[in-house]
Amino acid sequence: MSPMTIPQQIITIAMCILGTMLTRYLPFLIFSDKRPTPQYILYLGKALPCAIFGMLVVYCLKDVSILSGTHGLPELIAIGVTVALHLWKKQMLLSIAGGTMTYMLLIQLFF
Amino acid sequence: MKTKALKAAFPYTIPIFAGFWFLALAYGILMNKNGFSFVYPFFMSLLIFGGSLEFIAVTLLMSPFAPVAALTMTLLIQARHLFYGIAMLDKYKDMGWKKYYLIFGMCDETFSINYTADIPEDVDRGWFMFFVTLLNHLYWVSGATIGGLIGPYLHFNTKGLDFVMTAMFLTIFMNQWMKEKKKYTGLIGIIATALCLILLGKNHFMIPAMMAIIILLTLFKKPISTAYTESEENAQ
Repeated sequence: MSPMTIPQQIITIAMCILGTMLTRYLPFLIFSDKRPTPQYILYLGKALPCAIFGMLVVYCLKDVSILSGTHGLPELIAIGVTVALHLWKKQMLLSIAGGTMTYMLLIQLFF
Repeated sequence: MKTKALKAAFPYTIPIFAGFWFLALAYGILMNKNGFSFVYPFFMSLLIFGGSLEFIAVTLLMSPFAPVAALTMTLLIQARHLFYGIAMLDKYKDMGWKKYYLIFGMCDETFSINYTADIPEDVDRGWFMFFVTLLNHLYWVSGATIGGLIGPYLHFNTKGLDFVMTAMFLTIFMNQWMKEKKKYTGLIGIIATALCLILLGKNHFMIPAMMAIIILLTLFKKPISTAYTESEENAQ
């Protein structure tokens, strides 16, 4: 169950909508063909995505405890399968499905 | 004119349909298993229309109320749209009312089609891009809503389904990682976040991690930019 009240949930979802729409509409509001885009912004555009997705991978694993429970072993194996599949076939859907099924089987049957 | 544009746009969206349905169904089911009715995935997929953030939003909704952190997180996860927008400034020009919907629906997949597609000369560009956006939007919302609706009737054990989010970010990360010649930015993202998590604990590490990433990218702007210029020169 969510620890939030309904108004708090709505505010949280509204923040997600507001933030998303800001990032989508802002360039069309502030930049134009006449005004060149600042160099620092262009740089962040190239450099940020890889760092942010790295950050999100770590974020997804924040509840894994290495010192207790399953010691993060099912996560480690499923990540290995996902990476191997992705290096082999480069098919996102296959890598995601393969990794997820591996993880579900591992924690339901073995851990 | 519209039918012709729809016919030209549809084939481009077929691979997106498979990917969106798989992820959106998983998202809808995940929301349901966390105790949310299908109304939530319906409105969230309709109004946010951004897969990465919607998965993160499940986690946000299951955590204590923190609107500022939610907004900050959203801005950082979605910051890449700023650069899609910059790339599309010219293409979305002179589209009339359609422009507002095109910008609203500019998720990763829609952007990549509209940015790269070779639209035939005799097809209206505005309607083509409109239908690409609309079809993708339709796939995502229908998948998420159906996932939320069938959730209660799924009796197989869905424990561990949340790994779909980890696997999704991991593959996106790998795609980015393989494009980068020097791995500075990927390493900064992983190491800075992991350090913040270890030092500050899982409830307070995200905003510091995001700040650390921006600061490090700014400090190392020179070597990172040089690496980009070199790989661009090699590509030519």
